[in-house]
Amino acid sequence: MSVYIQNFMKFRPLLSELIARDVKIKYRRSVLGVLWTLLNPLFMMIILSVVFSNLFRFDIENFPLYILSGQLIFNFFSESTSSAMSSIINNAPLIKKVYVPKYLFVISRISSSFINLMASFTALLLVMIATRAELHYTVLLVPIPLLLLVIISLGVGLILAAATVKFRDIMHLYSVFTTALLYLTPVIYPMSILPAWLHKIVVINPLTNILMMFRDVMINNRVFSLESLVIALIEAILFMILGLYFFYKKQDTFILNL
Amino acid sequence: MDNNVIVKVDHVSMKFNLSSERFDSLKEYIIKTIKRQVSFDEFWALKDVSFEVKKGDSLGLIGLNGSGKSTMLKTIAGVLKPTIGTVAVNGNVAPLIELGAGFDFDLTARENVYLNGALLGYTRKEMATHYENIVSFSELQDFMDVPIKNFSSGMVSRLAFAIATIGTPDILIVDEVLSVGDFRFQEKCEKRIRNMMEAGTTVLFVSHSIEQVESICNKIVWLEKGKVRGYGDAKEICEAYRKS
Repeated sequence: MSVYIQNFMKFRPLLSELIARDVKIKYRRSVLGVLWTLLNPLFMMIILSVVFSNLFRFDIENFPLYILSGQLIFNFFSESTSSAMSSIINNAPLIKKVYVPKYLFVISRISSSFINLMASFTALLLVMIATRAELHYTVLLVPIPLLLLVIISLGVGLILAAATVKFRDIMHLYSVFTTALLYLTPVIYPMSILPAWLHKIVVINPLTNILMMFRDVMINNRVFSLESLVIALIEAILFMILGLYFFYKKQDTFILNL
Repeated sequence: MDNNVIVKVDHVSMKFNLSSERFDSLKEYIIKTIKRQVSFDEFWALKDVSFEVKKGDSLGLIGLNGSGKSTMLKTIAGVLKPTIGTVAVNGNVAPLIELGAGFDFDLTARENVYLNGALLGYTRKEMATHYENIVSFSELQDFMDVPIKNFSSGMVSRLAFAIATIGTPDILIVDEVLSVGDFRFQEKCEKRIRNMMEAGTTVLFVSHSIEQVESICNKIVWLEKGKVRGYGDAKEICEAYRKS
């Protein structure tokens, strides 16, 4: 175990370089540069708020915030896992030539998505302030659902990255899967409109639980229940262990399939 | 492991599956597996290779194209895992396998210095102390803020060589890289490799130029079709290689 930690410490500088590279390249040659990480989600949120407070209305108090918080959680999951999925394939030239712990590429992609998440979170706070929504002390608990979400995404990302090296179909399949997942997560609709059979499926979805925890502390001024915390914790650990195990088993064969 | 032995290659064999049909898709794979049509042509790039490198030695690998030289170096660098056998390496390895592998062509030379340094396990701080040295060695003073996609291949290799040879790694792996750049720069590189050897770095060297190998290395492994054809002092093996 200590060998792994030592190895990780040796390559920790690489991780920060990889994350910096992702961010730099994305905003190269744009005048506003990194500011776009904040402006982009902010504009998106303003548009969504206008659309959903005027066009479609469910019977929910402060519907724009309901949607924005859902988008924030769901977009992070789908963005981070899809970019983690292609991380190994995209870095093939490097992996073929230099020894680098391969999980670093997955972690770096998840981390750059996390930077985007932080920007979206800031944008969400700005929108909340602008719409004079109340901010409560429960907001201080927000790192808990976010951290659990990151761990789940990392676990899923590891599995996807390892599997995609051998079966490239997964890349195409996954975008279909995330579309389905979007509608199986209460992002745009309230749980109350679901028929009983669908309700069961939506509740099983780990993202639903995380999203509800997030909304509780962000907009509902409620501390999430212990039960949902324990469930989310178990799911996070489970995905993480599965991801690590699968990735570890497969990583030596990557180079033969790249 | 004996303290003096820095690289120990023990009965290493490396198998590649050359799948006769490529299946990148899941459907094909499942159908073919069910029909039991998955057939691989096995290809052994290395067959039962054993040798040791002592600290301070410089080992040359020679052989024709496809004899397994690069595969051997890649197993030592940790990029490939041998199918059978073990490779034990006692120290940190600076790989010079194909220069510029770790570059991102959209980033500037300056940013690439730090990225590439991190690939070799250096922190930003350590790289900052080596930075001037890298710039002056690669003679790219005027181009450090240019994205390297605009560089010529010679410029890229000069930068890569300068980065890979900073500090004194325990083991330096050099694979066909001295054939880049002009004559003067080649000499400069050779001189730098010699300086590192004097400082105690063990060098593993691959080149098609038998003269270069003879002048730099004191031990040679001669590979032929993945097998060791000869292993020993540089002079003897070189002579035998020339005769064949």
